[in-house]
Amino acid sequence: MSDTQTFLDTLKARSPHYQAEPTWIAARRQAGAARFEALGFPTRRDEEWKYTDVRSIAQGNFALADNAEFSQASAAALTLPIDAYRLTFVDGVFSSALSDVDSLPSSVQVLPLSKALAENHEAVGGPLGRLTGVGFSPFAALNTAFMEEGAVVRIAPGTVVEKPILLQFLSRAGQPVMCHPRVLVEAGSRSEATLIEHYTGESEATNFTNVVGELMLDRGAILAHYKLQEAPLGDMHVASIHVEQGRDTRYTSYNLSLGGALVRNDLISDLNGQGAETNFLGLFFGQGRQHVDNHTKVNHNAPLTFSNENYKGILDDRAHGVFNGKVYVKRDSQKIEGFQSNQNLLLSDRAHIDAKPELEIYADDVKCSHGTTTGQLDEEAVYALRTRGIDEATARGLLTLAFAGEVLDKVSLDAIAERVELAVAGKLPERFNLAGLVEAAAALND
Amino acid sequence: MLQVNDLHVSVEGNEILKGLTLTINAGEVHAIMGPNGAGKSTLSAVIAGKDGYEVTQGTITFEGKDVLEMEIEERAQAGLLLGFQYPVEIPGVKNIYLLKSALNAQRVARGEGEMPAPEFMKLVKEKLGYMKMDASFLQRAVNEGFSGGEKKRNEILQMLVLQPKLAMLDEIDSGLDIDAMKVVADGVNSLRAEDRAILLVTHYQRLLDYIVPDQVHVLVDGRIVKTGDAELAKQLEANGYEGIEESVA
Repeated sequence: MSDTQTFLDTLKARSPHYQAEPTWIAARRQAGAARFEALGFPTRRDEEWKYTDVRSIAQGNFALADNAEFSQASAAALTLPIDAYRLTFVDGVFSSALSDVDSLPSSVQVLPLSKALAENHEAVGGPLGRLTGVGFSPFAALNTAFMEEGAVVRIAPGTVVEKPILLQFLSRAGQPVMCHPRVLVEAGSRSEATLIEHYTGESEATNFTNVVGELMLDRGAILAHYKLQEAPLGDMHVASIHVEQGRDTRYTSYNLSLGGALVRNDLISDLNGQGAETNFLGLFFGQGRQHVDNHTKVNHNAPLTFSNENYKGILDDRAHGVFNGKVYVKRDSQKIEGFQSNQNLLLSDRAHIDAKPELEIYADDVKCSHGTTTGQLDEEAVYALRTRGIDEATARGLLTLAFAGEVLDKVSLDAIAERVELAVAGKLPERFNLAGLVEAAAALND
Repeated sequence: MLQVNDLHVSVEGNEILKGLTLTINAGEVHAIMGPNGAGKSTLSAVIAGKDGYEVTQGTITFEGKDVLEMEIEERAQAGLLLGFQYPVEIPGVKNIYLLKSALNAQRVARGEGEMPAPEFMKLVKEKLGYMKMDASFLQRAVNEGFSGGEKKRNEILQMLVLQPKLAMLDEIDSGLDIDAMKVVADGVNSLRAEDRAILLVTHYQRLLDYIVPDQVHVLVDGRIVKTGDAELAKQLEANGYEGIEESVA
């Protein structure tokens, strides 16, 4: 039996669940299944998957979870200590017990997909699948075939959402399961919001998450989008995020990838209106035998659009990283600026990175640059710190963190920055108390 | 305090130090002078614990402990501190962080608690003033984009905050104009104390006009060939190292 067939059989067994659904969803589901069947799982012969072997997903046998049971105490230990509007999904199943969106203003909707469909499925049908169609990849097709749950975020024009919107995805230990969440965000014109996707779970989990995100920013909207991926080290994680930006919009992605055995992120921004700006900040950390693949693409489809990308990779042990970043400038999209940088730090001789920056430009009046570097820790600096009494592990941690600094310093949510620091650099003394020190110093100047 | 006995050190198979013996007591300031290539910097690097130096013979003890058995950071925690000739730039690590974590590492190793933040800032502020450094230095990454003079002042600032028992200063005067040298020398002189020793490694006598040593050692070809008081440095200035080498030969 082929790998593809295992998944199709699971889908068939699930079909009684889908009998009452609207015809448009059934049609999409069938299209997704057909596309997935035709494409099969990608292999390393596919250019887009040249460095990433997905057999550990393809050969898996993943069930579908049928409940969202998770103890409050365990969830509390995993959750980000942030005051946020919160939706929680356990192995893809919505948990109302672990969610809290009660205090949302009426101008903002944060709903589980199932509820959004039940309330008004036609309002979902327009945006759903518009950016990430079944043809995007076998995983997008698979997501569409299995689509059941996810999050719908709608922000009315002019609304400034004061608290972050947190979508929390918990992965449980036990029999391997898969989930295919769909995240839809419609940010109205001149709205402002912070969205956090947080993937975490029980350390023994061995599940497969295959998320598709479609984010639409209407004229002048500003969206900060954190994706903190701290999945258990046995989890597989595939994410396809597609952003559509209208005129004068600003989107900033903080793609922080720490967990997972096999991770693949696709992040795409379409800059469709003049004045649109996109910022891709990425930090990926791999250890053990983790495989972390980041594919990004910025499409400058309109003149006077701006992109800025900075991805940092830190790889230890036998971890394997991939960075493939593409900046595309459509014909005659003049006066655009596109900058891309990728720097990688290898902490061990057996860690490995495949880095491929690409520019594809069909306009002549543009400012674009790209560059990638790979290096190791500066041993002279390690020595210098040790001669000041700082132990070697702390010295290496500090320098690793310093490497990540350009990206991490832009993370304005401390709770997230602290998680990342702990993961990449170990426990360092009081870095987050420095701000207080500096204030104390300023007071002394007076 | 520090005893170096018959020290032989090789770098990549070449013997650099060839039987160096030196005793430094608390309260003393020693200067080691010598021509380029004599092994001056090798001595301080070996005491600090830098990789790539093979001790083939001899001992180094500090307050009775075998220095060669100690990790680099343990030496610093015990109070042995090296000021670099070429301080390394450490992008992304702020000066304030370095000072705080270094001081606390030392205090924790000694069984003292970490210094409370207000007390720490008061200390740093006072020392900054001494080195005529602006508080904005604290927010800058260690030595990144610093001028030569700023780097040297930053080394002394670390000494003033960390208060070592033995401060070793490797060519701390190189690359300094006269004003900067005075500031650096004032900083070093403020470290002089009954319970502390200072080891200056220098090529030129000029520094010793500002920091007057108790003993001057002349290092030639891996050995101390002559020891005297501050007057010896003045003779060297007048006659050069060749005179010494000849008198030894």
